[in-house]
Amino acid sequence: MSSNAKHLHSIDAGHYKNTASCETEVMPIPDIVKISMSQNIGAPCKPLVKKGDAVKVGQMIGDTDAFVSVPVHSSVSGTVTGIETQRSAAGGNDTLVVIETDKKQELEEGIKAPEITDQPSFVKAVRDSGLVGLGGASFPTHIKFNPKNIDDVHAFIVNGAECEPFITSDHRTMLEDAQNVIDGAVMIMKYLGTEQGYIAIEENKPDAIANFDKLLAEQGITNIKTFKLQARYPKGAERVLIYEITGKHCDAGVLPADLGVIVSNVTSVAFFGQYLKDGVPLTKKRMTIDGDAVNTPKNIIAPIGTQIHDIISFCGGYKSAPTKILMGGPMMGRAIFSDQMPIVKNNNAILAFSKKQAFIPEETACINCGRCHLACPFELLPTGLADAYEQRDAQRLSDLKVMQCMECGSCSFVCPARRPLSFMNKLGKAVVKEAGIK
Amino acid sequence: MENQYYDNLTVSSSPHLVTGLDTRKTMMMVLIALIPSFIVSIIVFGPRVIALTLVCVAASVFFEWGYNKMMKKTQTIEDLSACVTGTILAFNLPSSFPFWMAIIGCFVSIVIVKMLYGGLGRNIANPAIVGRIVLLLSFTTQMTTWPVTRFAHTDATTGATPLAVLGEIAKGKGGTLPSNMEMFLGFIGGSMGEVSALALLIGGLFLIWKKIISPIIPATFIGTVFVFSLIYYGVKGGDYSAIHMAVFHVCAGGVMLGAFFCATDYVTSPIMPKAKIVFGIGCGLVTMIIRIWCAYPEGVSFAILFMNVMTPLIDNFAIKKFYGGAKKNEK
Repeated sequence: MSSNAKHLHSIDAGHYKNTASCETEVMPIPDIVKISMSQNIGAPCKPLVKKGDAVKVGQMIGDTDAFVSVPVHSSVSGTVTGIETQRSAAGGNDTLVVIETDKKQELEEGIKAPEITDQPSFVKAVRDSGLVGLGGASFPTHIKFNPKNIDDVHAFIVNGAECEPFITSDHRTMLEDAQNVIDGAVMIMKYLGTEQGYIAIEENKPDAIANFDKLLAEQGITNIKTFKLQARYPKGAERVLIYEITGKHCDAGVLPADLGVIVSNVTSVAFFGQYLKDGVPLTKKRMTIDGDAVNTPKNIIAPIGTQIHDIISFCGGYKSAPTKILMGGPMMGRAIFSDQMPIVKNNNAILAFSKKQAFIPEETACINCGRCHLACPFELLPTGLADAYEQRDAQRLSDLKVMQCMECGSCSFVCPARRPLSFMNKLGKAVVKEAGIK
Repeated sequence: MENQYYDNLTVSSSPHLVTGLDTRKTMMMVLIALIPSFIVSIIVFGPRVIALTLVCVAASVFFEWGYNKMMKKTQTIEDLSACVTGTILAFNLPSSFPFWMAIIGCFVSIVIVKMLYGGLGRNIANPAIVGRIVLLLSFTTQMTTWPVTRFAHTDATTGATPLAVLGEIAKGKGGTLPSNMEMFLGFIGGSMGEVSALALLIGGLFLIWKKIISPIIPATFIGTVFVFSLIYYGVKGGDYSAIHMAVFHVCAGGVMLGAFFCATDYVTSPIMPKAKIVFGIGCGLVTMIIRIWCAYPEGVSFAILFMNVMTPLIDNFAIKKFYGGAKKNEK
């Protein structure tokens, strides 16, 4: 396997990595945290605590028997003051466990480094850690690390590509937490039985690449190597990354394991490396706080469940009234409706934009320029898909392979007519599903 | 500001960033790319070039503005597409062309070809090209009466274009073609914006460099014209060498203007790169067939119009081949 001469289509979305040199600051424990029970892509957890219960750091406070699920742990020590239901950013309803903190941060008794002896105990340790895909998808990691065809998996890719503009938290992880990334990757590769490991990093982060090269050489690790990616968007998308490294096209709906690779976000791997040492579950998260409505953009580590306005206060408060607050980056991140929402495991950035930065000009007529087609990593035809969506033509949408779209937003970004092409693809998928076309 | 809460935020679908390049800026780039040709044209034909261009631009913008006003539609003149249409139409006219006739051409281009089909992005043919064809068929005399260049050593007030001379030669009436260097630089008779291949090439390369247009259509269009003449004159023979005639055909008439500025019109050319190849080759072939075997000395505008209406068909063929995913892995 080697670097491909050919690359998938990509765009230059700008980098805006304003916080790349900001060392991570640990945020003080807020007065109140609200921990969501829906922190993975599968089934939400049921609260295991009730009002008045005392909780400690790392205590499991939510779990379920569903197959696709991951337990939730308390990020603070304190007292449960209530179980709330709140509308989530995705539009559903979330159950939140509200905890008033005592700021002592006492650790739950019995927390110790996990004993991993074989594949099942490895998978159990991953689930117990509360780990989900921290790159944004929040897919339960223990399911990803337990593929049906484990013998066919021969490569493990650590995804250190942070192609979303503004976000630098993965970059900081790679600089500040590199040893944990290596330790985690070595352990994961051991129990996946993969011979080759890659740490994929974009070429605009030479410090991170040099850091890993140095550490790997010092420790004599030869089966993991760094892989340099183009500094373009969306190189960090799983299906794009797999192509760039292995040269294999990964269709939507195909598991990377079917192509013999498993991809994991660098922050997930770093956390797992740390978990191997102390056994403290996923309770805090490194995040980039940026945007022109924030006084002091920084990288922070905050307990999961911290409300966004508390985080912004820690970053010097609002510089001006925010018009838009994003969870995640500007290309695929979600605009939220309130700064009282708590952060969840897969948040890697909070961006607060003023009216000026949040402004997106009005849509005009399509001029058929084809830039959307040239921007699409999968060579789809977004303008054709948008026309088919406007006619609610499910067959045409399906013929034009709307289901292959990963909603990276490249088409909308480049459109000179400012058409919401990516959004129409999302809606188009719903049309196809409704029509029941396979 | 102290810890203030906001729960009245704008919620929209991602992405939350867009490129700075919009339709208006794209059109602006095209106008900039037309400047070299404009300058050469003024040098060759004198100040009337400025007047005629301004009349066409003003008329085009006015017709678009007036149509939107009458039909109570959102005003679209700020996207500058009418300015581009007006300029290109003007470039397709002889510099002595009467203003009132040019205004009729603008009316056809903007109102009939563009706005009645639904405005920018919905027209099936390039407005400037159709405008030119309508003027050519309606006012044939004025459209084919070419003022002599300011460098011509003659007392005549009108002269023939190189393609017209070529037609005379083909009929056995004799004549002398201008040198290829004169053709390339543009010190020849013809429509005002078409004369200098060099100036158009500079503008076209600027657009390619700025990634406003893809090089596929100009390259295949010009390439086809070149190769076709090479083969035709190679087989037929004649006073001039095949390579001389190939260069002549590339520099003559509207090939350069058409290939870089008209055939690449987003709206009326294919999106898919493979379809663009077919489109470019088609334009080149039809141009040469008309030039060599048809009654008209020049065929670029007919060729582009013909390929414009073929565009949806060609694009559809290309669309059938798509991201194959797993299929590609088996290769």
